[in-house]
Order: sequence, then structure tokens, then C-alpha cells
Amino acid sequence: MSTPRLIEQKFLDYKTSSGFWLYLMTDCVLFASLFATYAVLHAAIAGGPSASDIFELPMALTETIILLTSSFTCGLALLALRHNNLKQLIVWLGVTYILGVSFLTIELSEFGSLIQAGHSWQQSAFLSAFFTLVGTHGLHITVGLLWLLVIVGVLFKRGITPKVKRQLMLFGLFWHFLDLVWIFIFTVVYLMGVAA
Amino acid sequence: MWGRLSLDALPHDMITIGGVVGGGLAILAGIAALKYFKKWRWLWTNWLTSLDPKKIGVMYLVVATVMLLRGLADAGMLRAQQAVFATSDNGPISADLFQQVFSAHGTIMIFFVAMGALFGLLNLIVPLQIGARDVAFPLLNSISFWLFVAGMVLINLSLAVGEFSTAGWLAYPPLSGLQYSPGTGVDYWIWSLQIAGIGSLLSGINFLITIFTMRRPGMSLMKMPIFIWSVIGCLLLVAFAFPILTATLSMLSLDRTIGTHFFTSEMGGNPMMYVNLIWAWGHPEVYILILPAFGIFSEIVPVFSKKRLFGYTSMMLALMAITFLSFTVWLHHFFTMGSGANVNAFFGIMTMVIAIPTGVKVFNWIFTMYRGRVKFATPMLWFMGFVVTFTIGGLTGVLLAVPGIDYQVHNSLFLVAHFHNMIIGGVLFGFFAGVAYWWPKFTGFYLHEGLGKVAFWCWLIGFLVAFLPLYALGLMGAARRLDGYDASLGWQGLFIVAGVGMVIILAGVFFQIVQAGYSIWKRDELRVGSDPWDGRTLEWATSTPIAEYNFATLAPVTYRDDFWEQKHRPELKKPTALIEPIRVPKNTGIGVIVGLLAVVIGFAIIWHIWWLAIIGLVTTIVLIITATLREDTERIVSIDEIMAKEKRLRGTSA
Repeated sequence: MSTPRLIEQKFLDYKTSSGFWLYLMTDCVLFASLFATYAVLHAAIAGGPSASDIFELPMALTETIILLTSSFTCGLALLALRHNNLKQLIVWLGVTYILGVSFLTIELSEFGSLIQAGHSWQQSAFLSAFFTLVGTHGLHITVGLLWLLVIVGVLFKRGITPKVKRQLMLFGLFWHFLDLVWIFIFTVVYLMGVAA
Repeated sequence: MWGRLSLDALPHDMITIGGVVGGGLAILAGIAALKYFKKWRWLWTNWLTSLDPKKIGVMYLVVATVMLLRGLADAGMLRAQQAVFATSDNGPISADLFQQVFSAHGTIMIFFVAMGALFGLLNLIVPLQIGARDVAFPLLNSISFWLFVAGMVLINLSLAVGEFSTAGWLAYPPLSGLQYSPGTGVDYWIWSLQIAGIGSLLSGINFLITIFTMRRPGMSLMKMPIFIWSVIGCLLLVAFAFPILTATLSMLSLDRTIGTHFFTSEMGGNPMMYVNLIWAWGHPEVYILILPAFGIFSEIVPVFSKKRLFGYTSMMLALMAITFLSFTVWLHHFFTMGSGANVNAFFGIMTMVIAIPTGVKVFNWIFTMYRGRVKFATPMLWFMGFVVTFTIGGLTGVLLAVPGIDYQVHNSLFLVAHFHNMIIGGVLFGFFAGVAYWWPKFTGFYLHEGLGKVAFWCWLIGFLVAFLPLYALGLMGAARRLDGYDASLGWQGLFIVAGVGMVIILAGVFFQIVQAGYSIWKRDELRVGSDPWDGRTLEWATSTPIAEYNFATLAPVTYRDDFWEQKHRPELKKPTALIEPIRVPKNTGIGVIVGLLAVVIGFAIIWHIWWLAIIGLVTTIVLIITATLREDTERIVSIDEIMAKEKRLRGTSA
């Protein structure tokens, strides 16, 4: 019975990861729509501040470094998974989680200070597009963090099962994908915004 | 506490009240019937919670049929208004109601009739044609269906509570913005589409993965039935166009609820960006609907001509070409935006280029019939009607693709006639053909041929009588969406003709309902075997009624029309495969609950009942987490069980 079981697991892995890849591509189109919107509206400041007035590169760079590091630690976690090392796996997932939360905290504090200075999404089309694009990424990060919590919970309760292995594989894809999207946000929104 | 919701939200005018009372009575009658016949448990365990794609497909088709009747009722009101009351001021339909009716008609027909029928047929046919036992993600499939139902419930709820959008089926801003549409109508439109749209997107992913990973061994891509190729084209478009819709609807919703300025007329907003985005989804959507119809005809024509499909490879290439090109033409919906001669010329030419692969397909079908033994059964009649109407529509489409002409007839009834030509004559006829063709496979009996033919002729003649006058009216200058016009224009005669056409179409629908009812009543006389049309593809290879697991064994295929070759070339050695225990997914109510929660969340957001929206969202998240943690989701059908079942279904042992 063990051999067909293994084939079934492999097929399930294959099916699920293919489906998840395709989902990521559709998510990519969603972000592409928001990027296109931002590109169209980035100069529509309607008398409010422009990108170079409000963005601070050091903060955005810190966010970038934190998120990139979290992708690295996520990779280390998957490596620990490959070695079936539960303890290491949980440690690296924990580090990833903390980095993710820090990223989100910085982002929210940036949003908060903008809103306090009177530059909310209601001020201009540019700010609407900015908050929506960056906020959608932040929302994805939040979902990822919630997912991570569930995975760690399952790891504590059931250990490394084929199912949680598959979940971790998908989570890894998701987390790296969000990293990639952030690189575009950092370039298009922050770097090009400050340079303009 | 209850946001914008108050007693004022109940309907005031007699027509809406009539609609609500009628709909309410129909629902009550359904509940009473279920109670009287004690069918609640049967409905819940055999249908609502089932993860069997064959059952989900039937449920899609039932919902789409009911919505077709609603959409037709709307169309009847529009035709009556324009034919009878439009030249005077005292008609029963107010201008505001008229706008709600045409917005609802378009939205319902596209999202809840055409998309519903599409996913219904996909659920029924795709797993069988690729020789698979299930879809890739059965639970996701059920969730998609229930999200579709949730969208349907919301759009119909707008009849009873609040109002519907008056901004047309695509809700262009600034009209759909808060300033000009402060009520709940546009919010109903947004959230019913958003919820149903997410369902469609998930279905798209699910079926693409099903096709790419679960085909029968030996079925390489070029050995797939051509319908499956058309579905791949359709679903690639779903996967790459629906996220644009999700993003666009979200932005419009943000404009309306938290005061962003994407599409407003002030503070830097850009309404034309909405128009670009919505058509970047909307044009592929047209092909999402028509490609499977092409696929259905490509299955029907060879079977009823007793020949293999002419030009399989060119057909597949044409499908893929249309899939790609459909992303390069969105601007032809608004040449009048004024993006300049060069841009308009590019999009005009790309639009005309699509006529080439489409022409290839029409010639392929005709060459398939050439020197074949053509049998004019109902599915074939729908095909013949389709070729005529679709070609007319195609020609007027090429006219519209010329920017110079488009400036003249933009937003006129000429355009309305054109796209009804494509969607009724193309999509709807295709789906009707498909239902007539596959009906005996799933029920075990034919649809009554005579009644089917009467229905077909009513539809074809009614369609021509209803829409050809609109071409003329459009050229005479009649804009679309008019609730009134001056009697001195001399348009009323043609509007009356169009109204008569509508009545003939209604007669066609009447005969279709009678056909279905009569065929079910006389099913013992119309009883047929598992392969009534001498089919070519794998769905005809299995028994009728079809077992839950579709196929007892997964014998590899060798040829393109493998089933046909096996039947007609006795010298071939029959492939064999071992009988093994089969895993089938257990029923679950998760889909139903997700749908229910989607209705609650949508309703709460529409009426600004934020606490309810948050409760709904949190519950949904918890439910999804529990769903992913489920164990023991499958039932194993043992070999003995399979043997017994096959013996019962086929009268022989497997």
C-alpha cells in the first residue's frame, strides 16, 4: 500500500503547486492593474503633495531589507523542512514572522504619519493610487502572516505531515512572490517617485 | 446600527412590487413542494453539498435557466416600453425604473446566464471528455459555484431591498460615482459581480489545472477533443482578465465608500481610466463566452456529419490566436475617447484581424459537413442558425471596427443589434446546441425532437425579427437606452416590429420549457443507451447514467477520437487497465456556508453595516482555516463496489 500512497502524494503536490502558481499569476495581473493605475495617476496630485514631497527613502529601504531578509529566512525554513528538522523549521518560521510583522508595522506607521499630516487617500488621485497599491501588498503580507501562524500551529500539534509540507511549499512561493512585488513597488513608487 | 438600511428600502412602484411578490411566491412554492414531498434531506445530501462536478454542473444550469427567465422579463419590459409607451409620457415604467431594468438585463444575462451556463457545461463535460474522474480541486469547485449563487442572490435582492444600478451593465463613472449615484444600486452591482467574479476566477484556475494535470494517459495535447482546446482558450482568458475586473471593481467601490479619487471628475481622478480597465477585462470576457460555443459546435458538426473534424490543427491554432488577439482590441469599445487617429487605427486593424481566425473556423465547420452524411437533428439546426446569424453579426462587427463608421453609430442601437447578434446567435445558440447534444448522456433519454425544432425556429425567426430592425434604427440615429423618443421621428413602426420579434422569442422559450417537461414526462419512450449519437469523444464511452467516479478504469488512449476508432475499427486491440479502488470526495456543506457568508458580507457592505461585515469576514476566515485542516475528506469505493455498480449500469461486468 505504501507505493501508491507515495504516488498519490506526489500527484497531489504537483496538482496543488500548479494551481497555486496559476493563482499567483492571476494575482500578478491584479497587481499589474494597480501598477498601471498608479502609473496613470502618479502625477495627478490635484494641488496636494507629490511623490518626492512625502516619500522617505531610508524608511522604504529599511522595509525592503527587512522583507528581503524574511524571504531568506523563509528559504532557510524550507531547507530545515527538507532535513525534517522540526525545531529549526519552527525557529526560522518564527524569525520570518517577526520580520513580516516589523515590515507591516513600519508600513502602517508610514501610512499613519501621512494621514496625520493630512495626506490621506482622499486628498488626490495620486494618493488614492499609492495607498491602494501599497495597501494591497500590505494586505497580502497580512494574509501571509495569518497563514504562517496556522502552519506553525499545525506543526506544533501534528508535526511534519505531507499536508503541512505542501502548505509550507505554497507559503514559500507566496512569500517570495510578495517580495518580488515589493521590489517593483520600491522601484516604481519610491525610487522613481523620489528621483522625479 | 443598520447603516443605510431603513424601511424606505422596500419597493414603491407597482412593477417592482409585482416582481418581488411573484419571485417570493415562486420561492415559497418551491419550499412548500420540498416540504410536501419531504425532499429536504435529498436536496441537501444529493445536490447542495455534493462535490460531484456533474451535479454542480446541473445546478449551474438550473440557476442560469431561472436567470434567463428573469433577464427575458427585463427584456420584455424594455421592448414594451420602446414599442408602445415611448412616444408618450404616461407609460407604466418610469425613466428611473427603465434604467434599472436595462442595467439589470445586461448584467444578469452576461454574468448569471452566460457565465452560469458556461461553467455548468464545463463542469459536466470537461472531466468526462479528458477521461478524468473529477476536477483538480473538488471543494474549490463547490465554493466557486456557491459564490456564483451568492452573486445571483444579491442582484435579485436589489429588487426587494433598495434599488439596482441605473448606470448600465458596465457602470461607467462619473455616472456610477457617489456624486451621481448616491443610492445602493451601484453597490449592489459592484458586489454581486465581485463575488460572482471571484467564483469565476477560482473556477478558471481549477479547470485549467484539471485539464493540464488530469488527462487520461496517452491523451497528449494534440489528441484532446477540440472542445477542450476551446475551454483552455476560454479559461486562460478567465485567469488573465478576471483579476482586472476584481481590481477595477475594488477601486470603484473605494471611490464610493472611503472617498478615494480614482474615477471621480475632480481631485485628479480619471473616469476614462475606468473605461479602459473595464474593457481590458470586458473584451476578453466576450471571448470567454464565445470560445466554448465554438468548441461545442466543433464537437457537434463532426458527430452529425459522420466525419472527423476538418482541420483540427488549424482549428486549435485559430482558437489560440483568438485567445491572444482578444487582449489587443479593448479600445474599439470607445474609439470616441479620442486617443488619436493612429491609436484608433491600430485597434481597428487588430479587431479586423480577429475576423481571420474566426473565418478559418467557419470554413472548417463547413468543410467538415462537405460530403458528410449530415443529420439535421436539433443540435445541428442550432449550428446552422448560428452560422447564419453569427456571420451577419461578424460583418456588422467589422463595420464597427472602422473608427470612422464607429463615430457615426457609437452607442446607437446598431451596436446593440451587433452584440446581441453575437451573444444570442453565437453564445446562446451554442449553449442550446450543447444542452440538446449532451442531454441524453446525463439523463438517459432524448429531448423531444419535434418540440426542439419548433423552439429553434421560433428563436431564429424571433431573433431576426427582433434585432434586424435595431440595425436600421441605429443607422437612423436611435441611441441605445432610450426610454422615450419623439413620435415625429417615425421610429415606432420598427420598434413595434422588434417587439413582435421579442414575442416570437418568448414563444421559443415556452417551447423549450414544454420540451424539457414533456421529455421528462415521456422519458420511458425516449429512453436511449450510453452513446445515442454515435459519438467520438470519451464522454460517450462511459455508462449512462454515469457513475459518481465517471470511469471504472482509466485505460490509456491512443488516437485523437479514440472512442470512435475503438468502435469502428474492430482490428484494434482493446486497451485494458486494472480495476483499482477509487477515491471520491465526501460531501461537505462548506461551499454552501461560504456562499451564505458571501451574501451576508456583500449585503453588509452595500448597506454600510460595518459590524456585520466584520463578523462575516472573520467567520469566513475561520471557516477557511478549518476547511484546510480537514482530514478524512475522501471515501474509497472498493473494487467489489465498482464491479457491482458497473454490472448494474451496463448490464455487464466491467
